[in-house]
Amino acid sequence: MKIRLENLFYTYSPKTPFAYAALKNINLDLEGRSFMALIGETGSGKSTLVQHLNGLLTPSSGSVTVSDYQITVAEGKRRLVDLSKAGNRKIARKKKQFDIKTLRKCAGLVFQFPEYQLFEENVLKDVCFGPKNFGATQEEAEVKAKLALKLVGLDETYYSRSPFELSGGEKRRVAIAGIIALEPQVLILDEPTAGLDPEGEKEMMALFRRIYDAGTSVILVTHNMDIVLKYVDQVCVMSDGRLLKQTDPLSLFQDEDFLASTAIEPPLVFRCAKELIQDGFKLDMKNIKDISSLALEIKRAKDNG
Amino acid sequence: MTMTDKDELALEVKGVSFSYDRETDAVKDVSFRVRKGEYVCLIGHNGSGKSTLAHLIVGLIEPSKGEIEVFSNKIDDSSALEVRKGIGIIFQNPDNQFIGSTVREDIAFGLENDCIDPLQMETLVSDYAALVGMSDYLDKEPTNLSGGQKQRVAIAGALVRHPKILIMDEATSMLDPKGKREILNLVKSTKKSNPDLTVISITHDIEEAYSSDHCIVLSKGEKVIEGTPDEVFSETEKMLSLNLDIPFFKKLSIELKKQGIDVGDISSVEQLKEKLR
Repeated sequence: MKIRLENLFYTYSPKTPFAYAALKNINLDLEGRSFMALIGETGSGKSTLVQHLNGLLTPSSGSVTVSDYQITVAEGKRRLVDLSKAGNRKIARKKKQFDIKTLRKCAGLVFQFPEYQLFEENVLKDVCFGPKNFGATQEEAEVKAKLALKLVGLDETYYSRSPFELSGGEKRRVAIAGIIALEPQVLILDEPTAGLDPEGEKEMMALFRRIYDAGTSVILVTHNMDIVLKYVDQVCVMSDGRLLKQTDPLSLFQDEDFLASTAIEPPLVFRCAKELIQDGFKLDMKNIKDISSLALEIKRAKDNG
Repeated sequence: MTMTDKDELALEVKGVSFSYDRETDAVKDVSFRVRKGEYVCLIGHNGSGKSTLAHLIVGLIEPSKGEIEVFSNKIDDSSALEVRKGIGIIFQNPDNQFIGSTVREDIAFGLENDCIDPLQMETLVSDYAALVGMSDYLDKEPTNLSGGQKQRVAIAGALVRHPKILIMDEATSMLDPKGKREILNLVKSTKKSNPDLTVISITHDIEEAYSSDHCIVLSKGEKVIEGTPDEVFSETEKMLSLNLDIPFFKKLSIELKKQGIDVGDISSVEQLKEKLR
């Protein structure tokens, strides 16, 4: 699953007094399946960036490529080109375009607080809405919806319940199931754990891990550095509309010079381990992902003298 | 916390129950008191009844049993509007509370309702925009702001009306750590310059709860623990069994014990190093 952003600029309300440059020359390359976190202060452009990945926003300039689907802009108009056909002279130019819906199905985007978007009378219907909208029959949609609900941990007793009488965490899982039912190749989530209690957060992250393990790329926007350390393989740092860094969590948290120039603070578990290491404890940072693995690592270091 | 007759009560919740579906109680026989000027945190997992309680306090919904008094005024149909004037509430999702078409208008909205002199309004709005760090955005459209920025505007809009009670319903849960700290510091500094401001914060933020005056823990609609942060967080087992977070070093101590390393009650990395030596 390839994602490539090239010289991407985006300005809200251009040519008006409200004009605001939200993305400034973003270049990003992701190859293969990835589990990535997008971090940065509020207002740094994270949500704007993810809304480009499924074509909700069209670049002011530059290009967005997700899988074989490329979005560019020329003379103020959006251009959609299917790269798998682009080089083929036998295909007419018009047929090289793709339907934006194809991209929306390929890159599933879950907004902040997705539970506000539930609307159907029961859970199963709500999850079926997406697949049906993309052309599935009622039967096909139900099969997909049931699989998606199973994946998010909601059993058949939920099918006929109204989504509005569920708890916040359950509602959010229904909303995420609605996107998973589209069988996207990449699942993009904007602050998926905001407002959840610690247990809800843990369950939610375990869910994304399962989705990732099942073969889907996962990109999430988060402010939670504990999540960054524990779950993801890659991390992108944004600030003031720019992409400052693309690296792995451990390298990021160890890069003190860089961190000093940002508002990012490594998670407490990392800082605690670092202090212990400086004090002479032989801990291996690679093994430390959370509190329980820190405890294990302390035990190991103690046993080895 | 002991209560003397002299301490004015900002809020008294007396045996309050509420049910959305008339079958299960979202809030069940909850009683507690908040003194004027206190910073109280309501904690509990999702679905524990915290937000329902906030909605009851501002009179958005009526208790099915029990009474709520705000500064000794019982909340009912006839008093709800009057009582609400003294309460500022900030919801979790700022998109649900935006009214103005620019940040300036949004902060001014409450003042307009209160018939404040427009000349005075101008200064008040700029002052409070500065307080929440949004001075550069006064003429921007709220829809184009990020979630965290919107929340700062919502907080300015509430504080500018000088409420006696400020209720925050997970108001910082959408902010980044820096923004979160800024908002909490902002509320604290406001409290410092106005010690009579009572703050009731519904939160999952352990750091915030730990620095409050008083904590009330809810589970399944019922009050399960109440006390100072020290009292509440010393009940580690109970907090964990309620799926609630506890401070980092308390958790580490439990995990180390599982590995056969007893470091006892620690609260800093220095103490940890000491115990591990």
